[in-house]
Amino acid sequence: MNPFVEFIVSAFVVIGGVFLLVGSFGMIKLPDLMSRLHAPTKATTLGIGSALIASVVFFAVAGEFSIHEVLIAFFLFLTAPITAHFVAKAYMLRHRDRVEGQLPDTRRRCGWSTYDPAPGRESSEAADPVDGRG
Amino acid sequence: MIAYALTFSFAAVSIALMLNLYRLAKGPTVMDRVIAVDTMVINVIALIILYGIYQGTTVYFEAALLFAMFGFVSTVAYCRFILRGDVIE
Repeated sequence: MNPFVEFIVSAFVVIGGVFLLVGSFGMIKLPDLMSRLHAPTKATTLGIGSALIASVVFFAVAGEFSIHEVLIAFFLFLTAPITAHFVAKAYMLRHRDRVEGQLPDTRRRCGWSTYDPAPGRESSEAADPVDGRG
Repeated sequence: MIAYALTFSFAAVSIALMLNLYRLAKGPTVMDRVIAVDTMVINVIALIILYGIYQGTTVYFEAALLFAMFGFVSTVAYCRFILRGDVIE
């Protein structure tokens, strides 16, 4: 294989490994869950993206280009923020006492939308005058 | 040269998996454990892809794609369960 291509693949593989390690180390090092969320969703996604680029380059040069790596990268880059959003929402709901004082006021009766009752469980929510403004 | 880089990355990802396992075992809250499992899934995907490069074959990418989808769906389902007490309303 061409030494230049070999260097590119090696560099991306090493960068990917380092970023995956940094992302997982952040999960140990950071103090609480809201800060801990940053490590897996940013550093780890970057690391896996780098490993996937290495794989794409390696197999494209070897002559068996496959679309699967691009699909995996697309899927992971799409789902990482959604996962982080859901985890943060669930944390806010379960540990209301820990985050309550730090959140800005939304001028709604229930506060943040995470604390809203489930749709169909409480009909009086629709009558909230502030909510009607959108 | 690629072999040395792959050895280094295998070691790094293995250490990362051990760190995730520590967070999974210790994690003070339930959501800590959920995010630990999610990160573990991403690390396993990376391991599968690196092993594919090591073996020089593309047959492992289907497994990686399945892991990606399964990890995402399981994390979101668990978060929905905690948020609403119900996965599908």
